[in-house]
Amino acid sequence: MYHYTDFDRDFLAERNAQFRAQVERRLDGSLTEDEFKPLRLMNGIYLQLHAYMLRVAIPYGTLASGQMRTLAVLAEKWDKGYGHFTTRQNIQYNWPRLVDIPDMLDTLGEVGMHAIQTSGNTIRNVTADHFAGAAKDEIADPRPVAELLRQWSTDHPEFQFLPRKFKIAVTGSPNDRAVTRSHDIGLVMKEQDGEIGFEVIIGGGLGRTPMIGKTVRDFVPKADLLPYCEAIVSVYNRLGRRDNKYKARLKITVHENGIEEMRQRIEDRFAQLKPLFSGVDQVMLAGIEAQFALPAFTSNAPAPILDPVLQSFVDTNVTAHKRDDHAIVTISLKKHGETPGDATADQMRLMADLADAHAYGELRISHEQNVILPHVRRDALPVLFAALRSAGLGTANIGLASDIIACPGMDYCALATARSIPVAQEIAKRIDALRIEHEVGALKIKISGCINACGHHHVGHIGILGLDRAGVENYQITLGGDATETAAIGERAGPGFAYDQVVPAIERLILAYLDLRAGDEETFIDAFRRLGPAPFKAALYPQENQDAA
Amino acid sequence: MSRNRSFSPKVVTANLLREGDVVYLTEDDRWVASLTEAEVLTDEAHAQMRLVDADKPSVVVGTYLADVRVTESGPVPTHFREDFRATGPTNYAHGKAAEKDA
Repeated sequence: MYHYTDFDRDFLAERNAQFRAQVERRLDGSLTEDEFKPLRLMNGIYLQLHAYMLRVAIPYGTLASGQMRTLAVLAEKWDKGYGHFTTRQNIQYNWPRLVDIPDMLDTLGEVGMHAIQTSGNTIRNVTADHFAGAAKDEIADPRPVAELLRQWSTDHPEFQFLPRKFKIAVTGSPNDRAVTRSHDIGLVMKEQDGEIGFEVIIGGGLGRTPMIGKTVRDFVPKADLLPYCEAIVSVYNRLGRRDNKYKARLKITVHENGIEEMRQRIEDRFAQLKPLFSGVDQVMLAGIEAQFALPAFTSNAPAPILDPVLQSFVDTNVTAHKRDDHAIVTISLKKHGETPGDATADQMRLMADLADAHAYGELRISHEQNVILPHVRRDALPVLFAALRSAGLGTANIGLASDIIACPGMDYCALATARSIPVAQEIAKRIDALRIEHEVGALKIKISGCINACGHHHVGHIGILGLDRAGVENYQITLGGDATETAAIGERAGPGFAYDQVVPAIERLILAYLDLRAGDEETFIDAFRRLGPAPFKAALYPQENQDAA
Repeated sequence: MSRNRSFSPKVVTANLLREGDVVYLTEDDRWVASLTEAEVLTDEAHAQMRLVDADKPSVVVGTYLADVRVTESGPVPTHFREDFRATGPTNYAHGKAAEKDA
């Protein structure tokens, strides 16, 4: 893991001291709200529906156990005993008082964490494959590059006032677990003639105008990546629209100018920038890479698994590690009926303790709002599972229908047009009650409480979008979305459903899939691709079917 | 005060600057947590004046007029967004949801 230098620590301390003074000046009336708002947003502080919200960056989703314990301290001391892990691998606190936030930031700073650029029209937290460094299928760990991008983009003087927010995701694996095609810049590691580089994808995004990113260059050598990314952001900074907030993201810039024009402009800018980098970025990258060395693995021969409950957990929540004697364990924050992505302070501490005991002190946060122990000795799986289960963290549902992404929705978010959380809770409870989850198998349900799509509904196999229709919550359903390397935007199924009708609608859809599939091995998305939307729409709208007959 | 037929009743609402809590303006210029204590404004000109008066940047943030319906038990929101602001989140008994339970 990257360890902060004295420079990093001094920078954070100075920044936190600046913000503390800004809060004091706001409270004594020296700053108006109009003056203060951009300052608080630069430090990740929103005013939401019920309270302030503090969004803390978890760079590329990687946490040390000590950092997780500090997140627990914040939850307990200054919030209501829990935190909410988000689809951008961040954590949000829903109830802090403005007067306490400088102390929260100082506490985060002590463990090398902050909330800088978790809001505003800047380059946001760089996200990565949550299995990075551990995945059996990856070419190399993408996190050193993510850390280099983080250092380059943090407080970058040229990129503090971009036309709109800017998101970068990186993966080292051909199996895309980082939703790279839905980011402003998506970086997919490749190997070409023995050299490591990246396919660079630009202009992806969800929100009110969802677009799958386009490849702007098939292969950028690793040594050229930073100047190439700077060229992209630089071109966007000049070309991106500032006249209309809804047309300001890079995806619209690419759409309006065309990928060929963008490519030419980026290449021209890259040619100017590359000589200016002088290799210092590669020196820095080498230093960062040394800090991402794998742990000193140790293990004993694992005993055969005889407990069927543990076996069920292993089947769903455990993924192959690059070493056969280790495993990647995903801890579900989606216990049926609970709020997706929430963890209590006690649960955070337990996960930190388990990381220390069995996983070399390392944790990850996924964009799917779960926690990962990336390096678990296989012989430790029984004792690990027992401890998780006793704390309500042993739910065996990763990748299944109740492993739902849900944004905070109108229960918390000032932008939301409908609730997300209770819809996710009720779907999960209903699926559990029907006892069909494992029979249904792989199914991605994603829920957003507004068109901004923080819940990634566009790329859910089943997407649910909550809207305000004449003062009443209404839910549109999309079908066939895909967040992986075969990315696709889901298509709207038809008219929306009232709040109390959306769970029965999802139930009809899932039961229809069980009837329609060619066999147990055909997943929901495969069945949808084979059959098209018609039979699924028929299940969603049985009345219209009868009327047409 | 004369009632304006085309104007739907409103209350002045905001969030407290220091804490962020949702609050409502009373007739005697106090900021309170409970919507039932809020002053109901039925005249548009008066409502706008109260909104201007209420803008106390060292106390509250984001002052605005919210639609309400007048009932026997006091004003209640006409839109579900304001209902959530008045009653708290639905997933936990936190904030106003805790006060409601108490």
